[in-house]
Amino acid sequence: MSLVVEIRHRLGTFSVEAAFSSDRGVTALFGRSGSGKTSLINIIAGLLRPGSGRIVFNGDVLVDSDNRIFVPPHRRRFGYVFQEARLFPHLSVRRNLTYGRWFKGKAGDGPSFDRIVDLLGVETLLGRVPANLSGGEKQRIAIGRALLSNPRLLLMDEPLAALDEERKAEILPYLERLRDETKIPIVYVSHSVSEVARLANKVIVLEHGRISASGDAATILSLPSSAVSRREVGTVIDGIVEATDAEHQITLIRAGNAEIRVPHLDAGIGKTVRLQIAARDVMLATSKPEGLSALNILPATIIEIGGAAQGMVDIRLDCGGVTIVSRVTTLSRDMLKLHVGKPVHAIIKSVALDL
Amino acid sequence: MDWLVLSDAEWTAIRLSLRVSLVAMLASLPFAIAVAMILARGRFWGKSILNGIVHLPLVMPPVVTGFLLLILFGKRGPIGAFLAEYTGVVFSFRWTGAALACAVMAFPLMVRSIRLSIEAVDRRLEQAAATLGAGPVWVFLTVTLPLVLPGIIAGMILAFAKAMGEFGATITFVSNIPGETQTLSSAIYTFTQVPGGDAGAFRLTLISIVISMAALMVSEVLAHMAAKRVDAA
Repeated sequence: MSLVVEIRHRLGTFSVEAAFSSDRGVTALFGRSGSGKTSLINIIAGLLRPGSGRIVFNGDVLVDSDNRIFVPPHRRRFGYVFQEARLFPHLSVRRNLTYGRWFKGKAGDGPSFDRIVDLLGVETLLGRVPANLSGGEKQRIAIGRALLSNPRLLLMDEPLAALDEERKAEILPYLERLRDETKIPIVYVSHSVSEVARLANKVIVLEHGRISASGDAATILSLPSSAVSRREVGTVIDGIVEATDAEHQITLIRAGNAEIRVPHLDAGIGKTVRLQIAARDVMLATSKPEGLSALNILPATIIEIGGAAQGMVDIRLDCGGVTIVSRVTTLSRDMLKLHVGKPVHAIIKSVALDL
Repeated sequence: MDWLVLSDAEWTAIRLSLRVSLVAMLASLPFAIAVAMILARGRFWGKSILNGIVHLPLVMPPVVTGFLLLILFGKRGPIGAFLAEYTGVVFSFRWTGAALACAVMAFPLMVRSIRLSIEAVDRRLEQAAATLGAGPVWVFLTVTLPLVLPGIIAGMILAFAKAMGEFGATITFVSNIPGETQTLSSAIYTFTQVPGGDAGAFRLTLISIVISMAALMVSEVLAHMAAKRVDAA
């Protein structure tokens, strides 16, 4: 699958000019509010007609301003999950979910109703009407409704932004399952570092309607940019759940040779999980500390020391094959005489890794 | 209580009024929905002129509307002659003419009510339907129309009530022929023109009040049911 977008669009004094392509997995359109993310995703969906440009999906030309081609949204077969759920108030939850089935025609079977209901855990909601659902439940139904229309591509415009932290935590696992268990590529608009860190394979950073950077999630999130503030810089690590301690609700995750303990993670053994470790949550010690509450003390080697900014430096470490970044003050750097190649211990509080 | 017993002629007037009003309401409904949709959503030159024409019967004296209908839809009128020749539908001095007059008089009320509720529809829901594969016609039938239903019901009841009370345009266009064009209002008027007709006028007035009240209550119930279905999500 491939989506190629190359468009220019003017909205008053603001303009969006973007060219990118995406393939498998989750592509995040990442940027602050007002960076043009929503305009861009609406253009991909066909809800907004770009001033000029081309959009091609799997060789199927959807927009080509030179040849006056514009495929309307209902013929694109792109699912769209909006920031607000936009459920149909006059239909029951079940009929909301099956709405798209009326129109998908004979184009493939698509996922079965039972499978989606199971994936999203909405079995008990089917007989209700949207007015009686919580925000998180509505958004799950909206995701299911989009999936059941058997889309070729799923567009999501900040699907969690309207929800509180608890609801976000409730839905994120479903989005991960969606990414891992369906083959549908996803374009995911967000301004949240933690969502992008958890979900995205590829990240496209938008700034004032232009693409300012793009690359894999780990690279984009390890550097400060318009979308990633200095405070949020960190590393993204893919690990595998190795063991769980039910008594203390601690999960052991292995990434390379490093073992990382995180609290309260609802995932089965053998499952892949993504951790985002903010640089400011990583401490350094030149000798192995004792009597410390932090559960993660990882032997590491310094591979790079970044330039100083505002009295702080970012230090890249190799922890058993995994790169993590630690932010320390220049004072600490000089006191500990840190230099490239020096063996150190990286200390991460488990509590800081609460997903 | 003998004075409360209705004569055959009075029954005829009541039945005729109900038939005229129902036909006027149902026949104008599709046109009202179409015009309301155009006025609510359309962006074209001459929209305010269309809006003006639709609302004219509301502000013109009913006699003027009746007279215009007589000129246009009368036996020799351009539209009346055309319809009589090709479809066999004759309006002048028939109950169909009374229904036409009532429909025209009630049209602005119906359009207004439907238009307001179309304008209240959240268009983002229509966008969502489009992304799920629904083309414009299906979006209209499965999302817009159900959401507009309370407005349509209100408009229909309003139009029905207006048609029941319509007098000036009807009597000008199709006169006051017992059994053919003499509606409730015309019959009451006739009673007031003859000596000793007060009792008859009073009987029909009571009936008129009962019918109007019933229409209002039915509309309340229907609107309540419809509103429950489309309660904001």
